[in-house]
Amino acid sequence: MTDTRINFCGVEFKNPIVTASGTFGFGMEYNQFAPIEEYGGFSAKGLTRFPREGNRPPRIAETPSGILNSVGLQNPGVEYFAEAIMPIISEYDTNIIANISGNTPEEYCEMAQILSDTDVSLIEMNISCPNVKHGGLAFGTDAGVVEELTGEVKKYCKKPLVVKLSPNVTSISDIAKAAEAGGADGVSLINTLLGMRIDVNTRRPVLRNNTGGLSGPAVKPVAVRMIHEVYNAVSIPIIGMGGVAAGDDVIELMLAGASLVALGTSLFKKPDLIYDVKSDIINYMERHGIENINTLVGAAQMW
Amino acid sequence: MKHTELCKLILKTEIADGIFDFTIDAPKIAAEAQCGQFLHIDCGGAFLRRPISICDVYDGKVRFIFEVKGEGTKALAKYEVGDLIDVMGPLGHGFEIDGSVKNPIIIGGGIGVFPLYNLAKKLKNVDVFLGFRNKDRVVMEKEFEDVSDMVIVGTDDGSYGYSGYIAAAAEQYLSFHDCDMIYSCGPMPMLKAVKKLAEERGIRCQLSLEQRMGCGIGACLVCSCETTKSGSDKYARVCTNGPVFYSEEVTLND
Repeated sequence: MTDTRINFCGVEFKNPIVTASGTFGFGMEYNQFAPIEEYGGFSAKGLTRFPREGNRPPRIAETPSGILNSVGLQNPGVEYFAEAIMPIISEYDTNIIANISGNTPEEYCEMAQILSDTDVSLIEMNISCPNVKHGGLAFGTDAGVVEELTGEVKKYCKKPLVVKLSPNVTSISDIAKAAEAGGADGVSLINTLLGMRIDVNTRRPVLRNNTGGLSGPAVKPVAVRMIHEVYNAVSIPIIGMGGVAAGDDVIELMLAGASLVALGTSLFKKPDLIYDVKSDIINYMERHGIENINTLVGAAQMW
Repeated sequence: MKHTELCKLILKTEIADGIFDFTIDAPKIAAEAQCGQFLHIDCGGAFLRRPISICDVYDGKVRFIFEVKGEGTKALAKYEVGDLIDVMGPLGHGFEIDGSVKNPIIIGGGIGVFPLYNLAKKLKNVDVFLGFRNKDRVVMEKEFEDVSDMVIVGTDDGSYGYSGYIAAAAEQYLSFHDCDMIYSCGPMPMLKAVKKLAEERGIRCQLSLEQRMGCGIGACLVCSCETTKSGSDKYARVCTNGPVFYSEEVTLND
């Protein structure tokens, strides 16, 4: 009998599959293609303290095996989420991960406090959005700032706090260590890689924001390497994400060190991808005689 | 539960240089499809699906027409009759057909004429304006004539039919005819002209928009268009709030 349950920061997940914030809305859209209950949990669209209109379109550019996006955190604000959206989605029998981005440390603290009074299972603190002018990535690239910010937010956060890390740094393990030192209960990685595409006919960037975040299978090797590095640098658990498109990809990120693994951009092509991913994982476990999925976490052996 | 499905390509014609007319066997999609909705198609060879408007629906079959523009449509054009195509749909908010409307007209431009065909069939006895770049790009004229009261075809360069932009032809028509609803789809400059002439005359107007798209189901927020609202509603989702909007809802700002 295969056991796919994972305990992450004291929260029980029925399987290690979650979704990446920003690719999954608030879950309702994908629930029409595969019940949200199929997932161990899902990360909701990134929230800010107040509603945000987002960036001007075009907000997407296709790239080899992936996309660039520059949505810019369009969202109805944390209070609307807590009051109007949570009552609907908390009916789903799965874990909800709220994702927050702030312009200031105070905003992060206020959001953590507001969400602590809801039924969300985890709070994911996004310090790595490449598409907004203030906050986001500006917080996530300096280890000192990360430690201090994490420590401040922890004071107001009554849920397990997961810090979402940017790959756009020299040493992601230094940033992960800073989050751990600040009191983070877990880390998630990778956010998107900053990129750009230029239309050769118009000589203008395809994205109205000029630059955007790269996601999709193109980034998976980067994610695997960074998860592996972070797994060796910290003792808090990891939510891994970056280019996952199949069950084997989930296994690969777990072997690198992720306890939970998110599906994201690949859902755009296959909105019911979860079914294939789950059956692939079960097949893998049976083929390799693995009874408990936890034994895969960080089990890759280096040469 | 909604789902993606593999549909067999049963008819394929190149109706103009680089413009392909596909019909797929898709009874479930055909049963649900409304005028102005679209299919999100895995073209093979590209990472994302491509949104393509439904042109016609009959006998469990769905017809769509597309122009080869980039990687996705290039790959799609390579499919042959008998091949299976991975299709998601029907998606989006299509044209609203209001029974109290007495004198609707249709204004289409370029590849924007395709989603208007099924609408013309449904509306019956509608007056239709179709604009194209030049004579070589004129498509579906006869088919529109068969289902409409009157069809005016124009070309930007004057090589066929009315000479000039088709919105200008519609504007002349509106000086002499009653109209209480305009349906339109086409390039952005044409939509801007149509929006203006509709709003100047106080005529209700539904516009079908196009945008680079991601998930196609409203989750990823990339296929945005600017609306007249503010805050987190400033940008609407073309895939689910649209592709069809009333002209007063959208600014059409680039």
